[in-house]
Amino acid sequence: MSSRRVFATARRVLNQLRHDPRTIAVMLLVPCVLETLLRLIFAHHLVSFDQVGAPLLAIFPLTTVFLVASIALLRERLGGTLERLLTTPLVKLELLFGYAFGFGALACVQALIASALTLGPLGLHVRGDSVLVVVLAMAVALLGMGLGLLASAFARSEYQVVQFLPLTIFPQFLLCGLLVPRQRMPSVLHAVSDVLPLSYAVDGMHHLTRSRGAPGALIADIAIVLVFAAAALLLGASTLRRRTT
Amino acid sequence: MTGAVVQVSNLRVRRGRREVLHDVSVSFPAGRVTGLFGPSGSGKSTLIRSIAGVQANVRGEIAVLGGEAGSKQVRRELGYMTQTPSVYEDLTVFENLNYFAAIRGAQLDGLIERVGLAGQAHQLVRDLSGGQRSRVSLTAALVGSPRLLLLDEPTVGLDPLLRRDLWKLFRALASEGSALLVSSHVLDEGRHCDQLILLRDGEVVAQLTPAELTARTGTDDLDEAFVRLIESRA
Repeated sequence: MSSRRVFATARRVLNQLRHDPRTIAVMLLVPCVLETLLRLIFAHHLVSFDQVGAPLLAIFPLTTVFLVASIALLRERLGGTLERLLTTPLVKLELLFGYAFGFGALACVQALIASALTLGPLGLHVRGDSVLVVVLAMAVALLGMGLGLLASAFARSEYQVVQFLPLTIFPQFLLCGLLVPRQRMPSVLHAVSDVLPLSYAVDGMHHLTRSRGAPGALIADIAIVLVFAAAALLLGASTLRRRTT
Repeated sequence: MTGAVVQVSNLRVRRGRREVLHDVSVSFPAGRVTGLFGPSGSGKSTLIRSIAGVQANVRGEIAVLGGEAGSKQVRRELGYMTQTPSVYEDLTVFENLNYFAAIRGAQLDGLIERVGLAGQAHQLVRDLSGGQRSRVSLTAALVGSPRLLLLDEPTVGLDPLLRRDLWKLFRALASEGSALLVSSHVLDEGRHCDQLILLRDGEVVAQLTPAELTARTGTDDLDEAFVRLIESRA
């Protein structure tokens, strides 16, 4: 593993985004607009704003990174650049780490801006350490990248890969405990939500809003999200084949 | 042939249920430009992909630079240009080439000027013409002066002057010691090559020098020579 090749790849991924300022602007602004909207909706229910606004901070990086990662990797596969890269000394792991650092940096900026606005001017109340909000968002970003990488393996066009968003993210959104607490769901659905990674990200955010410091439960939630992310990345990496038909 | 950089023996490749290369055996040395010619669908790209180590369902032996096709040792010394331009459309020419240089641990060393892209260096690839894109893709394969260059139709669609310049560049790279395999479906370009591999329907029709082809078929016209060669086999 060569750090030179990893960081060259991360820089290349960020350069590609840099030439698309509109996408960057949308990525950074949409979470702010939505949190503001939410704050206005809950103008008379500030407790609800805490309960919904905080988990949303963990959901934004999932959708954002899922979309950019799945499309970027699909383009690599369809455009022949992946085939070319795999004839150079670059190995798959270096490519994936490069992407992870590139998109991780992006998710970090997004999380910093969105949480600065939400915890500051919008007045969302978090008892725990606000740095952990960003840490959790980064873990979720890696999960988004792993799922995006997997989706890119099963899509033949950009139309198809975008359709994987409602397929992979929406069910998690419905079951993660944001709409109805997971304990109050029918037992079958609760069991399903137990094996979906977004549930743990949202649980983690709930711990942060309710308790101070860095309780073990929050650390465990972050760890579980990271395990899911690693599994998705490993599974996705196995779909990056040097030899194709 | 002794000193062969690439030695392909009894190569068979399946795509789906169909066999697209049948018992292909060819070789080529360093310091020479080897032309791979044949009509569209003859198996040129599949042969190049097999040597590059990216083709699946391959049987037979492919020795590349004394190693196995696709192995780590070989990938350090290989420059591969795919048939359709495979560079990043949303990066500039310089950013593309700089990336390929970084992952090879090489410098660009005036390469952009050498291929005549200096004027476009800071343009996005998506804003270039088809011919210019293809040249960026070619240049990405040349970064780091690899000992083996596999170039799949690098001159297709280019104007005649540019084509001539590129063939000059290929000759210069060969004289610097690289082995080049250059495919084309325009047989006339065979006169720029040291030796020719003629492919048709997944079989090698002949491997010979342009002079030998002329002598065997009695014509200077390479297109006509190819026709006569195939007719004489029938």
